[in-house]
Amino acid sequence: MLATSYRGPFRVRVEQKPYPEILHPQDAIVRVTRSCICGSDLHLYTGLVPDTRVGTTFGHEFIGVVEELGPEVHNLKVGDQVIVPFNIACGKCAFCKQELYGNCHESNPQATAVGGIYGYSHTAGGYHGGQAEYVRVPYADVGPMVIPEGLDPDDAVLLTDVVPTGYQAAEMAGIQPGDTVVIFGAGPVGIMAAKFSWFFGAGRVIVIDHLEYRLDFVRKYAPCEAYNFKSLEDPVVFIKKTTDWMGADVCIDAVGADASGSTMQSITGKKLLLQAGAATALHWAINSVKKGGILSIVGVYGPTGNLVPVGNILNKGITVRANQASVKRLLPKLIKHIQEGRVSPKDIITHRLPLEEAAEGYRMFAAKLDNCIKPVLIPPAAKV
Amino acid sequence: MENKPIDYKNITGWGVDADPKNDPTYPMKYRTDEEQKGYTWDRPAQQPVNIEVLHSIERPNVSAVFGTAPPPQGLSGQIRRFAFRYSESSFAHWLPLILADRVNVVEGLVDDFKRGHVPNLAAELGWKAEWKHNRKNFLKKMIGRGFMIYALYKVLSHNSKKA
Ligand SMILES: NC(=O)c1ccc[n+]([C@@H]2O[C@H](COP(=O)([O-])OP(=O)(O)OC[C@H]3O[C@@H](n4cnc5c(N)ncnc54)[C@H](O)[C@@H]3O)[C@@H](O)[C@H]2O)c1
Ligand SMILES: [Zn+2]
Ligand SMILES: [Zn+2]
Repeated sequence: MLATSYRGPFRVRVEQKPYPEILHPQDAIVRVTRSCICGSDLHLYTGLVPDTRVGTTFGHEFIGVVEELGPEVHNLKVGDQVIVPFNIACGKCAFCKQELYGNCHESNPQATAVGGIYGYSHTAGGYHGGQAEYVRVPYADVGPMVIPEGLDPDDAVLLTDVVPTGYQAAEMAGIQPGDTVVIFGAGPVGIMAAKFSWFFGAGRVIVIDHLEYRLDFVRKYAPCEAYNFKSLEDPVVFIKKTTDWMGADVCIDAVGADASGSTMQSITGKKLLLQAGAATALHWAINSVKKGGILSIVGVYGPTGNLVPVGNILNKGITVRANQASVKRLLPKLIKHIQEGRVSPKDIITHRLPLEEAAEGYRMFAAKLDNCIKPVLIPPAAKV
Repeated sequence: MENKPIDYKNITGWGVDADPKNDPTYPMKYRTDEEQKGYTWDRPAQQPVNIEVLHSIERPNVSAVFGTAPPPQGLSGQIRRFAFRYSESSFAHWLPLILADRVNVVEGLVDDFKRGHVPNLAAELGWKAEWKHNRKNFLKKMIGRGFMIYALYKVLSHNSKKA
């Protein structure tokens, strides 16, 4: 079967690999029908995630058709079309029982700080991912959900990650009616966080990025105010000014380790690897939120550590909330929002490429070429 | 002095200000306090461990399922094994892993050549996308890089002639 294969920083190719096997009684094999490239994949692509081994298949945002089932899978049948959450969760451990499906303790031997994630390095369990024709799906009774009748597959594939992640970013922010919410990052995750901030009653939503085409998009889509940090002398001072010198009630980091905007952060974080990526947006978020405010982090950082003003978290009494999204927990609610017409995730898809062109897709999404917001890969075996 | 187990119920003031509403994890966490009982849950069946799986020393075992993407191999594998002697809390864990990743890239190239496959670097780097959507800047960058490599080559070969 065809699958992506990581070769080194900025290098991926699509090659023939063996068809995946059932390795555990609760496994399923899924034939992939759509698979997205995510901002999280860029951390792998640029070589920022430790223990990313050459030959790994990437891809944690995919939907598909059940082809084969292990003997202990009871909730699915062959032929079912499924949404597969990006988190691999057992459903039995103390953390899964608390609905922390992004923090499962039985899906990742290599690290305790993060649960298993498809195609996301050995630091996230060493699984091959879904940017392939077929993929092994462990705990198939727990994660996958049959796609409800009438749900557009393009909406379904975005439910595997960016929609729940954007939603949880707003949810963790504890937004109260009238609150001013500032979101750093106008990528798919930031766009969704902006949209959902209104659902919690925000009074004002502001998005910060430096890509004009994304700012234009989110301004209409959310809708919201959107500003280019390149034309603001200092984004923190800007937020202070526009909130009558108070700071925002809530700041959301939807950027993560690949941030731009600070030469010092970029050199120490992305070139010298002295910290786990550039924490520019997180730094701005800490300093832009008001005293007693809430900081919600969904941008991903590596496991070593980052330079951020921790002293200000203390002195300002900021509450920090962060996690990998708990996709399974949020799916029923989000499907309802889509079915009842309150949100249309598929509008953010800008590019559709055959799986064979994955390398170009990565380059395009990483370099933000051709006004790319969300690229989807379609494997030849998709047949839909 | 020896540490003795403490029965918290006998501590003056224990629980007087407990307030279940003071839980900032709501609604992200459906609180059950299961984890306070320790690693005691009924574990899922163990996936047979018939490849080498490195596990964090912050856990006692290999998780019930795990991925089978490339197991540790060659020099990079040796470095990874060394890294897993240290906890996730230690730079001695992560820095060797980053080093192993870089060594692994070279191993990947050697493997390709051994199998008689010459990797198409331009394709792997996705340059076609640059050519299609960003041609002018891309050409500028490439010409700039080419010039730098040429200049470096000239300087080096000039120096080596002198030596
Ligand atoms: N917690 C989770 O479960 C989860 C899930 C999915 C993605 N993520 C993370 O969310 C982040 C965003 O993902 P995405 O798919 O939207 O990625 P993306 O790369 O498309 O978007 C990131 C955006 O941030 C902008 N940006 C860069 N530096 C900035 C700065 N200093 N201030 C403001 N904006 C800045 C970029 O221009 C870009 O538009 C990534 O770190 C990704 O790993 C987390
Ligand atoms: Zn993702
Ligand atoms: Zn679990």
